[in-house]
Amino acid sequence: MSSRARFTLARGGSRGRAGTRPRPAGRLGDRVLFGLCALAGVLVVLTLVGVIYQLVNNAQPAISKFGLGFITSTKWQPNFSIEGVGALLYGTAVSSLMAVLLATPLGIAIGLFLSMMAPRRVRAVAGPLVELLAAVPSIIYGFWGLVVLVPFVDGLEPGLHGALGFIPLFGPASPIGISVFTAGLVLTVMILPIISALSRDLFLTVPTELKDGAAALGATPWEVIRGIVLPTTVSGVSAAVVLGLGRALGEAIAVSFVIGDVTAIHKSLFDPGASTAAEIANQFTSPVNPLHTAAMFYAGLVLVVIGMLTSVAARTIAGRFDVTRRVI
Amino acid sequence: MSLTETALFARMPFDPTAPLTPSGNLRRRSVVSRFVQITATAAAMFAVAALVIVLWGVAVRGASALSFGFVIQNPSGLAGGGIFNSLLGTLEIVAIGALIALPIGILTGLYLTEFAGPRSRTAGALRFALDIMAGLPTIIVGLFVYGLIVIPLHRPSGFAGGIALAIVMLPLMARSSQEVLLLVPGSLREAADALGVSRWRTVLSVTLPAAFGGILTGAILATARAAGETAPLLICDSIGFNQFATQLNPFRGVPSVSMFIYQSYDLPLAQAVTRAWGAAFVLMMLILIANVLARLILARSRGKMGR
Repeated sequence: MSSRARFTLARGGSRGRAGTRPRPAGRLGDRVLFGLCALAGVLVVLTLVGVIYQLVNNAQPAISKFGLGFITSTKWQPNFSIEGVGALLYGTAVSSLMAVLLATPLGIAIGLFLSMMAPRRVRAVAGPLVELLAAVPSIIYGFWGLVVLVPFVDGLEPGLHGALGFIPLFGPASPIGISVFTAGLVLTVMILPIISALSRDLFLTVPTELKDGAAALGATPWEVIRGIVLPTTVSGVSAAVVLGLGRALGEAIAVSFVIGDVTAIHKSLFDPGASTAAEIANQFTSPVNPLHTAAMFYAGLVLVVIGMLTSVAARTIAGRFDVTRRVI
Repeated sequence: MSLTETALFARMPFDPTAPLTPSGNLRRRSVVSRFVQITATAAAMFAVAALVIVLWGVAVRGASALSFGFVIQNPSGLAGGGIFNSLLGTLEIVAIGALIALPIGILTGLYLTEFAGPRSRTAGALRFALDIMAGLPTIIVGLFVYGLIVIPLHRPSGFAGGIALAIVMLPLMARSSQEVLLLVPGSLREAADALGVSRWRTVLSVTLPAAFGGILTGAILATARAAGETAPLLICDSIGFNQFATQLNPFRGVPSVSMFIYQSYDLPLAQAVTRAWGAAFVLMMLILIANVLARLILARSRGKMGR
């Protein structure tokens, strides 16, 4: 018998075994359940396609009027003329990047503390507390930011300007504490729990043998972290950071409370600004004309494309650490 | 004694009574290590402090507005009364969302774990779609539902808001069901197979009950998340109507707690802002209680599974 024939036989045999599992009564039920599950999956994919379709469809007037120049043009003054979302994207990028830059080292440090340093009891209390930060809704962060954080920032800004004023980013303080800087701080608090909870989970997956081995060779705790823990989890932590970035990019309500709604590009963090999502939240309910609404859909489309790129990036970076599967 | 040895001992005289503390490079290394540990501890304290400051800020300001009447009265005028209508509205909108998202989410989780093989292309694509859906900014979800439902029906409605919240909940629900279903031991399914039980009965009477605690946890977390959403409701369920009105027909505008807070902030009255703080406090407490509850249920069901 040739090897090919044997191969076919073996395959046929295994298929036969799977197919002839005794389930006489269940055929129809099985098919119904499978159909329902597949339908649910199809619905998920259809929804995504529908999101893109609705955005493109409703943005059509703006897309045909502005074309791709919309992304770079910085003029967004609904009462006079709208030409592009450049200034909004700038505000989105600056506030989100600031949040990521602040939250990444903090989040990693919290992850390290919760996974490797804290005593068991502290861990059991502090871990869930940090995760609760993620459950606070964005409207409350916005309201809290406006009433509690804004006065605090108002006092903080002159000091920062005095100390770091030679860097154009830290210009003269804003009059009341409403600024891109404040928005960045609110976003920091919002994405901190995401980064810290995910990185804690990743650090816990590092094999104990590796850590103990390093320690046995005389490495200090920090050297164990730098030499073993961080290198083995770097892709997962980067993915967590990108996830946090994605969350910050799309945050509308909390940012709209504290960023100041001024669509111009300022060098200083302490000047008020505007972000794409927050601008949609501010203006969608009272559009000036149909083109304004279409332009907001177009802005949403740009935001979705950026958001999808970050999702893809997170997934690509995540590699074997599938951090994106965790639900917060 | 050689010359070098003499020089060595001259530099570091042996003192048997000296404490065994590291010196030189080792000392530097342990200082660095200690520094990092202290920094990490400080960072964790910062995070907990941030939570306490947020909670405290809301609690202190909300407590002054809070009373039993606040929760069971409708708002009167621009600054008086309570938030009964918004609470009912939020409940209604979230219920609509949950009724749609929970079954679809659980079925998607079932598809990923029970019907698709681990290397299935379709399942990979579906997981990717769920990732992207989970990453969609909620305001974009609002825009989508606005185009899908609000424009054809010509009016914002609680129904549209519910659909938007369903889209927010769906990826969370699917993800958590999938995770929990993966934890159900394969031996349970095999035992059912060995008894000749059909697949759908296995799923309904073995797999799902075993995963019930985890699925419930995921459902509570997703619902709590949706209850606090503002952006989709702002787009789909707020245009042109008053959040202080009492109206619960889902095909018209339905008030909600989050939109109540959002709109109160625009009012020029100090009492209106106080009332909004009260609403914020109630909303936050509900969400935090739901989260704690979900964790307790998860811990209990984990304990059961471990046995």
